[in-house]
Amino acid sequence: MIYQDSKTILEVRGLRANVNGVEILKGLDLTVKSGEIHAIMGPNGSGKSTFSKVLAGHSAYEVTGGTVLFEGKNLFELAPEERARAGVFLAFQYPIEIPGVANSQFLRLTYNTVQAERGKDELDPLEFDDYVREKMKLLEMNPDFLDRSVNEGFSGGEKKRNEILQMAMLEPKLAILDETDSGLDIDALRIVSNGVNHLANKDNAMVLVTHYQRLLNYIVPDYVHVMEAGRIIKTGGKELALELETRGYDWVSAESKAARLAA
Amino acid sequence: MSATLQNLVNQPYKHGFVTDIETDVAPKGLSEQTIRMISAKKNEPEWLLEFRLNAYRSWLKMEEPTWANVKYTEIDFQAISYYAAPKPKAKLKSMDEVDPELLRTFEKLGVPLHERAALAGVAVDVIFDSVSVATTYKEKLAEVGIIFCAMSEAVQHHPELVQKYLGSVVPVGDNFYAALNSAVFTDGSFCYIPKGVKCPMDLSTYFRINTQESGQFERTLIIAEEGASVSYLEGCTAPKFDTNQLHAAVVELIALDNADIKYSTVQNWYAGDENGVGGIYNFVTKRGLAKGVNSRISWTQVETGSAITWKYPSCVLLGENSVGEFYSVALTNHHQQADTGTKMIHIGKNTRSTIVSKGISAGHSNNSYRGLVKVTPTAAGARNYSQCDSMLIGDQSGAHTFPYIQVRNNTAKVEHEASTSKIGEDQLFYFAQRGIGAEAAVSMIINGFCKDVFQQLPLEFAVEATNLLSFKLEGSVG
Repeated sequence: MIYQDSKTILEVRGLRANVNGVEILKGLDLTVKSGEIHAIMGPNGSGKSTFSKVLAGHSAYEVTGGTVLFEGKNLFELAPEERARAGVFLAFQYPIEIPGVANSQFLRLTYNTVQAERGKDELDPLEFDDYVREKMKLLEMNPDFLDRSVNEGFSGGEKKRNEILQMAMLEPKLAILDETDSGLDIDALRIVSNGVNHLANKDNAMVLVTHYQRLLNYIVPDYVHVMEAGRIIKTGGKELALELETRGYDWVSAESKAARLAA
Repeated sequence: MSATLQNLVNQPYKHGFVTDIETDVAPKGLSEQTIRMISAKKNEPEWLLEFRLNAYRSWLKMEEPTWANVKYTEIDFQAISYYAAPKPKAKLKSMDEVDPELLRTFEKLGVPLHERAALAGVAVDVIFDSVSVATTYKEKLAEVGIIFCAMSEAVQHHPELVQKYLGSVVPVGDNFYAALNSAVFTDGSFCYIPKGVKCPMDLSTYFRINTQESGQFERTLIIAEEGASVSYLEGCTAPKFDTNQLHAAVVELIALDNADIKYSTVQNWYAGDENGVGGIYNFVTKRGLAKGVNSRISWTQVETGSAITWKYPSCVLLGENSVGEFYSVALTNHHQQADTGTKMIHIGKNTRSTIVSKGISAGHSNNSYRGLVKVTPTAAGARNYSQCDSMLIGDQSGAHTFPYIQVRNNTAKVEHEASTSKIGEDQLFYFAQRGIGAEAAVSMIINGFCKDVFQQLPLEFAVEATNLLSFKLEGSVG
């Protein structure tokens, strides 16, 4: 939701980034304020996932230009784990499997690490168990999840729910959901979307990276951005997503080209 | 490999100090004369000298084994001193007379020798170079008939037991290093648990090599009579030298009817520096004989040290329904090489064995699992389950698995599972994205990987092993 007295959470200016020496992001601009939900759409290869990984600090992505301010501070001065502790959360498109490490153990470590950063009390295993079970209800997750290895043998939907569970626990300032809808059946999509809607409030912000309008039926964005060749070429309201669904991306691309020529 | 992974494995060795103590070191070199000298120093009976000389004569005819997946320059057996002992001031009457320098050494290593300061519930025998310097709780154990003392003491006070069992599981000519050990062994621990006695505390031996030119050749013998049970722990460290020291031990376990022996090792010999200079050559023969019906022998090892490890704690399952177990974590870093595993020899009917091996390789190290499961024609209904998992850290290390399975009874059931995984950048990134730094992430992944083995360790040891692995890997992840 767009609020009058909102604060700027994320400010991206002219962001450029390479992967394996190939430039993927070519001058991206984006401003996200508290309370807002942004959707970033665009064809395959437009740089959507690269953008989310750059924000989270993945080492395979090299930032070559531009600035990113997170709550007014230079995001690139922070190591990936520091960004996470400061409140940047990335829900992975392909959550990583960690064999041998119990989900409960992993969740508690991440929860306590972030709590410690915020000067709050850590929870012992018993307290944490109560806390996490409560959160799991939100996502209609079976408590068996806690005893299984992190993401190992999880179905696509279970993995995504596990991501949103972590988001619910960590209460980030900025949540980036990288194609969270991919591979979800309609029930899982509903559950995940409910979770996300439940977590959205006027102090945090969400960036949804997605291919499909489908997700936006459940999570209604304040802004929809179209990305092409490493830049945002068009921004609109939620109705833009519907237009993209019926007309595809070509017309946006053509419009943007025409605008550049005119300039 | 990235710098974080790299840094995580590269931790300094904290047990690398040398104790400055007056030592009685035998001249280098090995001959019949050396063996007679050792035997005389220990005031041994004639039969034991004969045992040694027999072993020496077999050894002379044997070749150093070359089948292990390890590389090292040839050992000059004449350049080693076969006996080194701190000079005793006088005959010791109590712990208070132990050289204070030695007491300080072991305190620094976390092994207090005073019983009042000792780990509650653990009796410790402490071996410094070639001799046992102290054994705690000896009297208390004697009350229930348990003999726990240095091997050289057992030879004096319980010669009939030593003579009956020494070499009965690992014969003098068993292999090159066992033969060498049988010829020159100096000290070690001796445990005897009488019929029906459950040992009331864990027994433990702490081995320390201190002298640069000496080798350590200890000999341990554990006998559990009918219905007896014991849990035995072993720890080892050595100072940092830029030369290699040879450690060639022999351990023999004998479990009679319904007896149970659990043997746990945390091995942290000096592993050499990051360029592979120095470190211990750990060439060890460990074997248990599950002689009686329903007997059980269980080996648990956490191998983190040594430049080279060549070690296969084995079980000979002779008694009907006897059980053999092997749980192992072997971690190698830098230029360490480990070729380790087990042998399960099924002879009795309905014998069962379990093998769980976890190998972790970092740096430029090489880690091999080598195991034999052998089912003889008499072992009807034998069962084995083996699981061998390898984990690679970085892209310069190697993991190898050499399982040998020989089944000669068609009622046997043998299962083998293996896996190889890698701590990847993506896993570390995932942890980082949840606020968890690389060190904590690696420690959590490794502990998860080793969980099945750590569960087998006595509690204090499990904690120590967990810390040791984290410590060893600190700085290896980038």
